[in-house]
Amino acid sequence: MTCLPARTEKKLGLVIDLDTCVGCQACVTACKEWNTGGHMAPLTDIDPYGGHVDGVWFNRVHAYEHTTELGGRTVNFPRSCLHCETPACVTVCPTGASYKRASDGIVLVDESKCIGCKLCSWACPYGAREFDSDVGVMKKCTLCVDRIYNDNLAAEDRVPACVAACPTSARHFGDLGDPASAISQLVEERGGVALMPELGYKPTNRYLPPRARSERAAKVDALALEPIKAEGGFLGWIDRMLSS
Amino acid sequence: MHPAFSVVFFTTATGAGYGLLALLGMLGGFSLIPADFWLGLVGMALALGLIAAGLLSSTGHLGRPERAWRAFSQWRSSWLSREGVASVATFIPACIFGIGWVFLGRSGGWVAIAGLLAAIGAAVTVCTTGMIYASLKPIAQWHSRYTLPAYLIFAAMTGSVLGNALLQGFNVGSNAMLILALLATLAGWGWKLATWRYNDRLEISTTANTATGLAGGLVRSIEWPHTEENYLLKEMGFRIARKHSAKLRLIAQALAFVVPLVLLVLVFVAPWPLAALSSALAAIVQFAGVLVERWLFFAEAKHTVTLYYGLE
Repeated sequence: MTCLPARTEKKLGLVIDLDTCVGCQACVTACKEWNTGGHMAPLTDIDPYGGHVDGVWFNRVHAYEHTTELGGRTVNFPRSCLHCETPACVTVCPTGASYKRASDGIVLVDESKCIGCKLCSWACPYGAREFDSDVGVMKKCTLCVDRIYNDNLAAEDRVPACVAACPTSARHFGDLGDPASAISQLVEERGGVALMPELGYKPTNRYLPPRARSERAAKVDALALEPIKAEGGFLGWIDRMLSS
Repeated sequence: MHPAFSVVFFTTATGAGYGLLALLGMLGGFSLIPADFWLGLVGMALALGLIAAGLLSSTGHLGRPERAWRAFSQWRSSWLSREGVASVATFIPACIFGIGWVFLGRSGGWVAIAGLLAAIGAAVTVCTTGMIYASLKPIAQWHSRYTLPAYLIFAAMTGSVLGNALLQGFNVGSNAMLILALLATLAGWGWKLATWRYNDRLEISTTANTATGLAGGLVRSIEWPHTEENYLLKEMGFRIARKHSAKLRLIAQALAFVVPLVLLVLVFVAPWPLAALSSALAAIVQFAGVLVERWLFFAEAKHTVTLYYGLE
């Protein structure tokens, strides 16, 4: 059913720290590696070794230059499904393939019902959904629904693959509906923001803006270079002879 | 947005088909045009043929067309599903009307009721098509109060110009029909100009800043996540038409409005075979013009996902 649940018991989602993300793409490859064998498998690659590589990815890392009156900085920006509270990608679905789970708020696609009309990808402002032209259905981030409840994994591994892979702990996973959860506290403390709030999709995921610049770092001015002058003496004569 | 030809043709053909169906349902049902077997047969075949061809074409856009029947299930939330339900439901009164008006040569009574229901079904279906686009918030050019009336006006326009060609073809044309076609074409032109004017001045509050959550200053894309075009860029990042949009707008206006208007005015003074030819030409040229207009409708629409890629 593509009508949305009035409320969900949990609001599972991600919090991404734009201050510590180094743009290493580890989350991207970890996501692809896990999910190409997971719930929405396969994450098809088209012409992977040719000139027009294409394929399905749930997580893409952009890089931006953010320039303000304080100066410029590079911001690495991972982009994936935000598991919105009012996802239009679900309500526009004509077949009931897209749905939002009442238990934890995860937005999923039932591949066996998808007709590949692509309307959900038009309805998503964030570009979270990617069409698999090989299978003919739409695919999207599952929040690693096959990891987070997986009893076969050690408790510490029951997090999305992207979160497990991040070497700088820039990605956090938890219940954003519970104000007492560690992840909600982090959002509170760091002033986490929602993307495109003006469109009214109420995304669950939050992004932590880069921290304010610090003036504490030592100033290390490089010494001025000495002017280049011609070498004198015998070595200078050889240098001049060989250079001519 | 990428203008998939199957969808461009679908919206254009069904618009004209439903416009003609509504016209025949009302005029035929209430005996405003005579119940003539061949006129009725050609007219209903044209209307239902355009609708069927459009609906078939739209399934060409699907990744798994064999599951298309599932699209009738989610009418409670989805405009696309409502469109599917309305389009199929409209065939029922349309076929009943067709049997009564064309094959039994009757009008009034149950034939008039079926004709009226077919006309209502046609209008509702065109509304659902318009709402599919008007409801999409990420595309500001579509998510406006201009989109839904545009679909209705364009269906009325192409339907009445086609209806005029049909009546002129059977030498039963009337000035009233001709004036309706002219007025509908003028309305279509005016609405399109107003829509372009609105879209060109559109101030969109969603920017690269709100898309990334980076407040203030300038956010500039310095590196994409991938080197080749992906699905998002192919589907939502279409840019070819914007380069030529001024020229294409002129072509669309010439074909969809100006040439048909001139040809329709000619019909007032031309004798029969010429009047029929001019009317038919007006309908054909207008159909081509609306295809260009619909192509631009997609190509000029900008999706918010392009903000992530720094595309203007």
